[in-house]
Amino acid sequence: MECQEEKPIIYTMENKPIVTCAGDQGLFTSLYTSLAQQLPREPMEWRRTYGRAPKMIHLEANFVQFKEELLPKEGNKALLTFPFLHIYWTDCCDTEAYKSTVKEDMMRWQNSLRTHGSADWVIIVVETNDTKKKNKTNILPRSSIVDKIRSDFCNKQNDRCVVLSDPLKDSSRSQESWNSLLLKLRTLLLMSFTKNLGRFEDDMRTLREKRTQPGWSFCEYFMVQEELAFVFEMLQQFEDALVQYDELDALFTQYVLNFGAGDTANWLGSFCAPVRSWSGLLLRRPIDMEKRDGIQRGEASLLDLRSYLFSRQCTLLIFLQRPWEVTQRALELLHNCVQELRLLEVSVLEGALDCWVFLSCLEVLHRIEGCCDQAQLAANCSHTVGLWAYATDKLKSLGELCGLVSEKGPTSEDLNRTVDLLAGLGDERPETVNSLQSPYKKLKEALSSVEAFERHYLELSHAAMEMYRAIGRLRSARLVGKSLAEFYMRKGDRERAETFLQEALKSYVSEGWSLPVTHTRKQIAECQKLLGRTEDYLQTSALLAGDVNLTTEERKHFCQEILTFAGKSGDHSNKVTLSMGVFAQLTRLQFHPATASVHSGAILQVELTLRCLMPVSVHIQQVAASIHFDVDHGGTHGRSKGAQRQTNPGTVEFIQGNSSAGPPSSSAAGPSLELDEIQDRSPSDNSLNSTGVVCKNTHLIMRRHDSNSPPDTPNCVSPPTVAMKEGAQMLKVQDVKLEPGNNSIIFTAPSGQPGTYTLRQLCATVGQVQFVLPHIYPSVQYEVYSQEPQLTVEPLSEPLLAGLPQMVKFTLLTGHYAVKKGDALQLSNTDTMPILPSTSCTARTSNPAAELVGESVLSIQSSDKVTSISLPPTPPYHTLEFQLEVLCIIPSGSDRPANERLTNGEVRHRPRSYSHPDTPMTAIDQRMSIDCPWSIYSTLLALTFYIPFKTKHSLLSAGNRKYIQVCVQNVSDVNFTLAEVKLTEKQHASLELQSLNTKEQQLLCSKHSVFCLWEVRWKDDLPSCLQCVFSANFSPLNQDVSAFKPFHYQFQLERVTTLYSVRAEILPPAGEQHCRSGFLCGLEVCITRLTEPAEGEMAEESKTDTDGLKTTKLMYEVADSSSNWAVCGKSSGMVSMPMTANATHKVQIEVMPLFAGHLPFPKIKVLKYLPHTAAVAIQPDPDSCVENDSLSLLDKTLDDQGDTASIRSRGSVHSVGSGDQQQKGVAMPRLEPFSPGQVFNHSHARQVLVLPATDDHIMEVNAT
Amino acid sequence: MAVCIAVIAKENYPLYIRSVPTQNELKFHYTVHTSLDVVEEKISAVGKSLGDQRELYLGLLYPTEDYKVYGYVTNSKVKFVIVVDSSNTSLRDNEIRSMFRKLHNSFTDVMCNPFHNPGDTIQSKAFDGIVSGMMVQTG
Repeated sequence: MECQEEKPIIYTMENKPIVTCAGDQGLFTSLYTSLAQQLPREPMEWRRTYGRAPKMIHLEANFVQFKEELLPKEGNKALLTFPFLHIYWTDCCDTEAYKSTVKEDMMRWQNSLRTHGSADWVIIVVETNDTKKKNKTNILPRSSIVDKIRSDFCNKQNDRCVVLSDPLKDSSRSQESWNSLLLKLRTLLLMSFTKNLGRFEDDMRTLREKRTQPGWSFCEYFMVQEELAFVFEMLQQFEDALVQYDELDALFTQYVLNFGAGDTANWLGSFCAPVRSWSGLLLRRPIDMEKRDGIQRGEASLLDLRSYLFSRQCTLLIFLQRPWEVTQRALELLHNCVQELRLLEVSVLEGALDCWVFLSCLEVLHRIEGCCDQAQLAANCSHTVGLWAYATDKLKSLGELCGLVSEKGPTSEDLNRTVDLLAGLGDERPETVNSLQSPYKKLKEALSSVEAFERHYLELSHAAMEMYRAIGRLRSARLVGKSLAEFYMRKGDRERAETFLQEALKSYVSEGWSLPVTHTRKQIAECQKLLGRTEDYLQTSALLAGDVNLTTEERKHFCQEILTFAGKSGDHSNKVTLSMGVFAQLTRLQFHPATASVHSGAILQVELTLRCLMPVSVHIQQVAASIHFDVDHGGTHGRSKGAQRQTNPGTVEFIQGNSSAGPPSSSAAGPSLELDEIQDRSPSDNSLNSTGVVCKNTHLIMRRHDSNSPPDTPNCVSPPTVAMKEGAQMLKVQDVKLEPGNNSIIFTAPSGQPGTYTLRQLCATVGQVQFVLPHIYPSVQYEVYSQEPQLTVEPLSEPLLAGLPQMVKFTLLTGHYAVKKGDALQLSNTDTMPILPSTSCTARTSNPAAELVGESVLSIQSSDKVTSISLPPTPPYHTLEFQLEVLCIIPSGSDRPANERLTNGEVRHRPRSYSHPDTPMTAIDQRMSIDCPWSIYSTLLALTFYIPFKTKHSLLSAGNRKYIQVCVQNVSDVNFTLAEVKLTEKQHASLELQSLNTKEQQLLCSKHSVFCLWEVRWKDDLPSCLQCVFSANFSPLNQDVSAFKPFHYQFQLERVTTLYSVRAEILPPAGEQHCRSGFLCGLEVCITRLTEPAEGEMAEESKTDTDGLKTTKLMYEVADSSSNWAVCGKSSGMVSMPMTANATHKVQIEVMPLFAGHLPFPKIKVLKYLPHTAAVAIQPDPDSCVENDSLSLLDKTLDDQGDTASIRSRGSVHSVGSGDQQQKGVAMPRLEPFSPGQVFNHSHARQVLVLPATDDHIMEVNAT
Repeated sequence: MAVCIAVIAKENYPLYIRSVPTQNELKFHYTVHTSLDVVEEKISAVGKSLGDQRELYLGLLYPTEDYKVYGYVTNSKVKFVIVVDSSNTSLRDNEIRSMFRKLHNSFTDVMCNPFHNPGDTIQSKAFDGIVSGMMVQTG
């Protein structure tokens, strides 16, 4: 806390409470040193009145010799000189001496004390062994002197007399005696303090209460309370001392405020006197006695009082080690004083207060620097920076006042003012005379010359700025910087000014404070204009011209600045390029047509909406948009890309960041995500490899957000260098007048070459000035495509049904080809799908926008092989549509026409029928070959027809009689009428097929079937093979007779004749009438040959027995699939049948019924048995066999697909394939099933009654 | 009473700022903007101590010769700043507090308006009314 080096010694309270000493001075002097040392060693607890907290206090004392003059007179309120304790010292041990001299002396002392009303006294009797020894003879009984003194003086106050034993010896007794003495002294001192201070405080309070009385004076009261403060300070109770000053401060402040409210106190008059001296605070003296005297005399000015009060508070705060409170209070004080002078309407020379504040700020800072080290200061910048900034501010206004800031320097008037101001400073105080950097010297120097002022001002400004930066108060730092910039502007140093202004501007822009932005920008514009930085100036002017915070006049002014420059004639290399954002904003872009995709050569218009921010209408010589062209590699399918566009393809809205000064809220959120779907397709087959979503504007979203410049402020701080790239292609519009607000500009876009055109930049030229929008974002593009003519044929309605006339739609996209008169489509005719001539066939022509532009009747000429359709003339990129009626003839079964060549040499493809997974209907792909005028190649198109019917046939037998059943199933979704159902046999005329069907017309609903039955009758012999044709007419329900179309179904039946009949009989066990379950029965199977063997059969199957009789071998098998029967013994066997009619063979088999009831007969199968020799004999040459087989295999697969009649092998358990295949296999004996109809089973589906084994079965019946 | 009242967004751009029409509006903008330095300082100090987080009133931000600047911060870091003329000595801390409370309530009402887009500048007659009431010259 002590001050350093050459600085004046700061007052530490030298005063100590006064204690007087009377009596034996020699004795006291010998003890003084120990006493003075030991008294403060131990703290004492000081209990306070008025509920104040007790304090531990180290007591010191100033021991002085007792004199009467020291005792305060009545009414003297001085506390500093007040003796708090009176001590009488004696070492008398001689009764005589006591009685003769000491007692009298004491009496005098007591009397003088009593007359002054002082009751704080103590008598100390020092006892030494020496004195005792010396006066051995006179020694009275123990402690007689002390007792005497006590009885003489200490009336009931025995503690007022203390014995100190052997004070100079180092014995425990002496120490004990010292301690008790010191304790006593301390206690008495404190008691005295409490009593005297309490009395003083009471008096003071009484005085204060009188403050409303007319004669009351603040200055008087001030002195009284300060006395108290002094005593507290003396007692090192700085806190209490400070409280006294703070109370005085508050009291005074209240008076000033009351004065402001109209309540005037008389004594306040002296404080309202004009300010004559403004020498600032003085904090280097402990007590500024000059000012104190002034106050005491009631002559102090307000500044004097405040200065004195603050200097005292400052001293105490520094004692309390609270330097930062000093700075804070200082700032409050300075502000407050300025306000108070204003409130009291004290007349002050202009600038005088600035001087006072400036000096005071620096004084406080010096004082603080004096008691803190550098590190502490640096760490507490936040406390001092306010003072620095305030001082800077004041110096600046002083400089302005004294003409030190202008470029020309001070005028004589300014100099006079300076002299007046300096006069008010008075002489420098002696404390700082030797200090080179005293505030006084600084101010004097700063006001003395322009250069010195600049130096001091810059020093202060930079110091303040540095501190603000250091503590992170960047805004404050920038505000100081801005003020500095204004200074530089005045001085004509525009370059430096601009740097500071730009920095400040950056912060205002980034935080969206529009008014400061505008103001700062205006200042920058001024700088730039004076600096001759044309481009920057114009850019700033453009910003200001569009700034709504300015008046229209100002905006017009800045706009005019641009237009004036633009109007200057100059060489073209001198063009100035500015960012367009400040001049006009692109808000919307629209394509006409909206698809933004046109064929080459078509007209595409681009409409821009520009919001002009200028206050007046501006004539633009040219608006140009540069285009980037990409050759489209996508081929002819230009439209596919266009389809990926977003919701409103023709219009692009440009989301604007707010105008540069607006709140940056929208930008804080960042740009919205722009997502696109991507599909990665394999180049070879166009199948999808992968698909995903990509963000198109990652470069905007993924960037750091902590960077200082928000995205939409490109134009404000330093205009970015925008360059107009010279694109090969431009959209241009000349001579546009942009009115304030929204303007629409229409471009006609080039659409020569197919490809993608991307709009890159926008540029508006006004004379010498170009406004450039460097990137149009989001990117805008349009497409120009070129398309090959395309012909498609599609069904008018799905599905196309075969066998009925169906409408198909031809669509011709002309692409780049113009259909001329006389152009025709040549359709190669096919038998399976004739084109039905129609009387009126109209073709509709529509333009790319799908609007109908024309209709014309087509002329269709059919020749034998070719149908020619002459097309109406159609312009390119139009669509031509017409419909034709075609009929697909249903293939009738196994009919297989040979391949033939079409007229144009194409191989005719047999329409192949196949089953389609999506529909139960059988599909036929019908190929069409069309010759088009624009190509030398034929266009091949396929139409898929569906056969609405599924047909099945079967041969039914009853003994020798034969029936043919045809089942027609309607698998389509349409209901049909079926008429004229017929079955014919092609080869055998003698054969009669008698229809068992009654109705002429039959309804065949969707998903239903119709069964038709014919009995086969023959005269001589039943042919083994029948070629049958089923035919019927059908039409969709509810159509007239003419709509009936034929339907044919061909099939072949082989081995129709019944060769064998099988009869089975079940015989109950002997003696029983019925079979019983669990008992063996006999099964008698009787196989009878019905006919003579036919030719083929002989060759193939028969075997000549050794006896010459022709037999054929049959295999029978009894099988019961339903487990009703158990076959006991042999279940199958071989039978040799003679090949004569009515040859019969009987077989007996034992079977056992397993259940009771009507059981169906077990199944009896009869199979052909082919011995191995026959196969071996037939087997041909292996090589040719393979060849044949492969051929036949091929044929077979074809047949299996196409024919419904391949039911020959059905029902065979043993056969693994057809006969052909078996022959090829290993030469083993094998079985072959008979064709259906060759064997007739009489007992098929017969049943026999089987009784239970015994009758004692119990049947449980539960009825519930 | 107050000579300038400002509402400042979390991102430090002004949501609302109004000053008495007789005085230089620009000056108040600068003053309020600069006061954000102290607001930030105080907020971060509160954050560190973690003590009384419910205390939204920041007290006197800084005095100047002519004005006293008071601050208040909502839980969502929206700042209110009230500038009072230094010569107006009748205003006590409690009155400033109640002004802030009133302002906060009205601000909450503005935010509750479903048509108000948070982050936009405040354009509300009710809020205007409250602010006008605080700026009425009493002396």
